[in-house]
Amino acid sequence: MKEIIWLGRGGQGAFTAAKLLGAAYTLDNEKYALAFPSFGPERRGAPVKAFTKLNSKPVADRSQTEKADYIVILDDTLYTEDIKNFLKDNGKILVNSKSEIENTKTFDAEKIASEFRLPTVNTVMFGLLVGISEIISPENAVRAVKEYMPQKIQERNINAFLKAVEEVTE
Amino acid sequence: MKKFLSGNEAFAEGIRLARPQVISAYPITPQTIVVERLSEMVEDGSLSAEYIHVESEHSALSCAIGASAAGARAFTATSSQGLLYMAECLYYASGGRFPIVMMNADRSTALPWNIYGDQRDSLSQLDSGWIQAYAENAQEALDLALMSYKIAENKKVSTPFMANLDGFVLTHTYETVDIPEREQADKFLPPYETDNRFDFDNPKNMAFSAGPDTNYIFKYKEHEGILSAREVIKQTENEFAEIFGRRYTGLIENYLTDDAEYIIVTLGSIAGLCRETADKLRKNGIKAGVVRLRYIRPFPNEEISEVLKNAKAYAVLEKDISFGNEGTVFTNVNSALKKSGINVRGYNFIGGLGGKNISASDIEKIYSDIQNGTDSVNFIGIGGENNGK
Repeated sequence: MKEIIWLGRGGQGAFTAAKLLGAAYTLDNEKYALAFPSFGPERRGAPVKAFTKLNSKPVADRSQTEKADYIVILDDTLYTEDIKNFLKDNGKILVNSKSEIENTKTFDAEKIASEFRLPTVNTVMFGLLVGISEIISPENAVRAVKEYMPQKIQERNINAFLKAVEEVTE
Repeated sequence: MKKFLSGNEAFAEGIRLARPQVISAYPITPQTIVVERLSEMVEDGSLSAEYIHVESEHSALSCAIGASAAGARAFTATSSQGLLYMAECLYYASGGRFPIVMMNADRSTALPWNIYGDQRDSLSQLDSGWIQAYAENAQEALDLALMSYKIAENKKVSTPFMANLDGFVLTHTYETVDIPEREQADKFLPPYETDNRFDFDNPKNMAFSAGPDTNYIFKYKEHEGILSAREVIKQTENEFAEIFGRRYTGLIENYLTDDAEYIIVTLGSIAGLCRETADKLRKNGIKAGVVRLRYIRPFPNEEISEVLKNAKAYAVLEKDISFGNEGTVFTNVNSALKKSGINVRGYNFIGGLGGKNISASDIEKIYSDIQNGTDSVNFIGIGGENNGK
């Protein structure tokens, strides 16, 4: 089973990214996923966690991920040293940041997002994850965006996503 | 059609296919999404129903009772304090034999105030005369929505139906569900027809008083109605399997129980983690099994006795406590065994209260505790010699 923890702030779309990954993964036969937010009242700007679990059999464990393959952080102010405790031995941490952070891969996701007039970096970070991990194909991700995002923001998000994938697979 | 949906959204899809004519609801976390989706469906015309946004849960169910008494298929949904606020009306609905379907998002009860999932709300209402089912995942939630009307409206049953979804863990978790085709759903569930309704052409007295001379007969008939759901649930699941290709297992679902020595009996969404833990323990030579109670009313007395009779010990894991005694599900399971003359040692594990996570290691510990013997009533995560005795 592959497990991804998403960290963001309320309104940044961390859970949307978690959901898009799950939806994209299950487009292929015999693929199963769960996606859920850290439960509770929704508050804009407050730290939120989201989880995606991917497996080739139905995911029975609905509890929050304790050891992830990837931790994706949408806002670098949420990064702390102890986040690595939630990572598997060969796991990776991806952070949206303009500066380097030790033991993580940082990307200036805001730069890509702004190119496509996007106020949030969720689909950019989704693209970076897909490019680096190859957990799903970019084609499936695009299909998921078309099915689960409002039509008027689909194109910009797809283009930003694909640009992000390109950024890490060249 | 496959869709990536939350438990609430899946349930709303099932209700859309069931074509209720009246939906009366008041929003409450974590139920809100189901009534929001249904209001959108009514708005966009994909569900033709009268949607009534009432001012309270007491009114939500009263309104559904009125609609059902007029011969309409009615739906409502609630959670926690909302369910408790409508408690008075639960008895009117069941006593009046109105086959209303209600989704309850299982959530803790105040105080302390808490919006997270446990099962103390619905389990406190076991005596209200409603059928009670507990779904494990979003697909089962959708399928229950569709089956619930067929079971409740069966003339032998004529009993309201409460479909329970664990708050957040099921209501807010997204997974892939298969949404049946409209034609298939219509074939499975015909429109509601009943004589138990207001009819100007054939006027009759409804929802009347009954004194000591007849009241007990009505209560006996109510008991008979809910008991007959045992058979009707089986028939309905057979028909469902024929049309939709998904088969359910009646009042309980057994996992690796044939030769199991140590069995966890539980309900709702935690069952999956119990099964995974049983798999893991089996690799170490421990004969572990799991029983998931899909229905608590009618209660699976015979099924429980049959599956537990050869075990060395069992645990009942529930998100509930009847203060001053034990978990209510434990009481019910023990009673089933006693009635069958079966003497297997049982232990109660109370967990998940107020949304507290139950981990794989908690479940492993339950299996080891019942092998070694422990207190009769145990609170997961709270230790101490005299705890829970």
